[in-house]
Amino acid sequence: MDAQTRTPLVEMKDISLAFGGLKAVDDASIDLYPGEVMGLLGHNGAGKSCLIKVLSGAYKRDSGHIYINGEEATINNPRDAKHYGIETIYQQLALADNVDAASNLYLGRELLTRWGTLDDASMEAEARKVMGRLNPNFRRFKEPVTALSGGQRQSVAIARAIHFNARILIMDEPTAALGPAETAQVGELIKQLKSEGIGIFLISHDIHDVFDLADRVTVMKNGQIVGAGRVQDMTKDEVLGMIILGKCPPGAIPGPGAMAS
Amino acid sequence: MTSAAPGATRAVPEEPALRRLLRATEIDTRMLGMIGALALIWVGFNVYTQVQTGESLFLTPRNLWNLSVQTSSIAVMATGMVLVIVMRHIDLSVGSIIGFVSTIIGVAQVRFLPIYLGLDNPAIWIIAVVIALAIGAAIGAFHGSLVAYLGIPAFIVTLGAQLFWRGAAWWVTTGATIAPLDDRFALMGGGPHGSIGATASWALCALACAVIVFGIYAQRQRRARFRFPQRPIWAEYLIGVVGCLVVAGATMIVNAYAWPERVAAAYAEANHIPVPEGGLFISTGYAIPVLIALVIGVAMTFVARRTRFGRYIYATGGNPEAAELAGINTKRITVLVFALMGLLAAVAACIDSARLDSATNVLGQLDELYTIAAAVIGGTSLAGGVGTIYGAIIGALVIQSLQSGMVLLGFDSAFQQMVVGVVLVGAVGLDTFYRRRTAKG
Repeated sequence: MDAQTRTPLVEMKDISLAFGGLKAVDDASIDLYPGEVMGLLGHNGAGKSCLIKVLSGAYKRDSGHIYINGEEATINNPRDAKHYGIETIYQQLALADNVDAASNLYLGRELLTRWGTLDDASMEAEARKVMGRLNPNFRRFKEPVTALSGGQRQSVAIARAIHFNARILIMDEPTAALGPAETAQVGELIKQLKSEGIGIFLISHDIHDVFDLADRVTVMKNGQIVGAGRVQDMTKDEVLGMIILGKCPPGAIPGPGAMAS
Repeated sequence: MTSAAPGATRAVPEEPALRRLLRATEIDTRMLGMIGALALIWVGFNVYTQVQTGESLFLTPRNLWNLSVQTSSIAVMATGMVLVIVMRHIDLSVGSIIGFVSTIIGVAQVRFLPIYLGLDNPAIWIIAVVIALAIGAAIGAFHGSLVAYLGIPAFIVTLGAQLFWRGAAWWVTTGATIAPLDDRFALMGGGPHGSIGATASWALCALACAVIVFGIYAQRQRRARFRFPQRPIWAEYLIGVVGCLVVAGATMIVNAYAWPERVAAAYAEANHIPVPEGGLFISTGYAIPVLIALVIGVAMTFVARRTRFGRYIYATGGNPEAAELAGINTKRITVLVFALMGLLAAVAACIDSARLDSATNVLGQLDELYTIAAAVIGGTSLAGGVGTIYGAIIGALVIQSLQSGMVLLGFDSAFQQMVVGVVLVGAVGLDTFYRRRTAKG
């Protein structure tokens, strides 16, 4: 239990978020350590995307606290989150379809020339370097990303998240749009990033993916945390029980959403 | 695209010449289409006037010079409307802003400033223009904040604003027309005196050609530094030569238009110049409003292509959610875009009221529709994210060409409106069809 003695990279405490009368996230707490992959599981509508969007600044929480490296963080919008080194790869990719790969890679953080104008040549050169590492087959730098395939768009989105020295990476269904080969590539990438000490939240509804890649999992149901535990302490069936029934197995620490036994 | 794949060089000779030309020069085919349509309109009207009156009236220096002056106000506003539409908004209020700002200009120049500065003070027109621009930008920023921060649709905000500012324009002067305006101010409207003459026009032409050549050279250098694929060298030469020829041709045309005889005679008498046989020939050269429109066109292209602000406008138009998540303050960008639109409407108000040498509350009526039409004919997509500044300027030229051509032919104004309406719908229809076809493959 070496993890427990260190300061968590991210700690979200008692987060609540409601849309009108609907409690999308209800008093949820979750933590993440450096070099760790935390799988976040749950049905559609369980609140996992909402919880994570609070961290990435897309939604503003109603109550609760966020600590980064043990210090309380103020995250009110995506700019604040990026300031703390939190990068997100969204489920719907969140690319500006009508501009090219380099512009998307640098969107919001453009390189400028001495005169304060856009330095497209440098951005394209950097983009060629980054994409060459990530996806060597990528050639279409001058076209709007709407012309690209799902996998190519995905690599642009991933490149954008990792290019700016992210410390905390949020991946919301990163393989949803991908074929088997590309999914394997993303898996490799996650392992590599992990070894560099980056903490990763991996949101998925594919339990196999999560078991292959995650160190710990947290399960949500109806906006509440059912429980959290290390992957090797649980079986897939037990985790499925958490997702479907809200039943917390002995290997996991139960949360407020766990079914009373 | 232009990457020098080993097979490409061998395949080139089999490619049709036109397609090869387009690929090598990286010229937007849509722009070529628009220029083609414009040429068709010009030649069509010219032939028509020749058949009808036995004299070509359209492609004359005089008509083309007038056309350039008439286009400038809509062209100025269309450059801003492109960005508004790219952001997925619309601005229906620009015509009324022209009306309101022009009455302010009139009151400031004729009633208000002379009290403090004395009649005919050279500072009057400058202060009046500064006031106009500030008010235009403030009105636009106000519309933009209603759209961005209160979430009221731009269509509604600017529809209300259209009524509001038109009414406000009436209140400023209680409906009275203010004329004449300051002499120096009136130069912004063109006319023989509001033009720069032959020598300055040629100097400008030389400068523009130098900028074109330098621009091509600098871009080539930059791409070479990063070892990016280059355009073939013959394509660079072609673009340079065509660009310079267009500028030189336009300069020749505006210089071929002489001052009207009476104006020239009055000028000769005032300066004690002997009038030669057959009248005095004084070249008009580029009109000042046209130069204003050209400078704004270049500046707006720069803003759209080379600044963060421009990049954010296009990114937001393409996917507002993605832009927001990327950390772009889209609300601020919205306010700024509307403020820019208001500023450009104020510039148009200066040009229009200077051209009429009077300020009136009905100035600029229906101009919002012509401005939107110019942007849309110029290839701006109402779905957002797509549109170019030069396209909007060509679009403005297309609309104005149609109108002034029909005036030359003596068509009813009712008929003119009908034709412009049909052309607008037809142009967008064709464009949609073309896009769908290219999207399929």
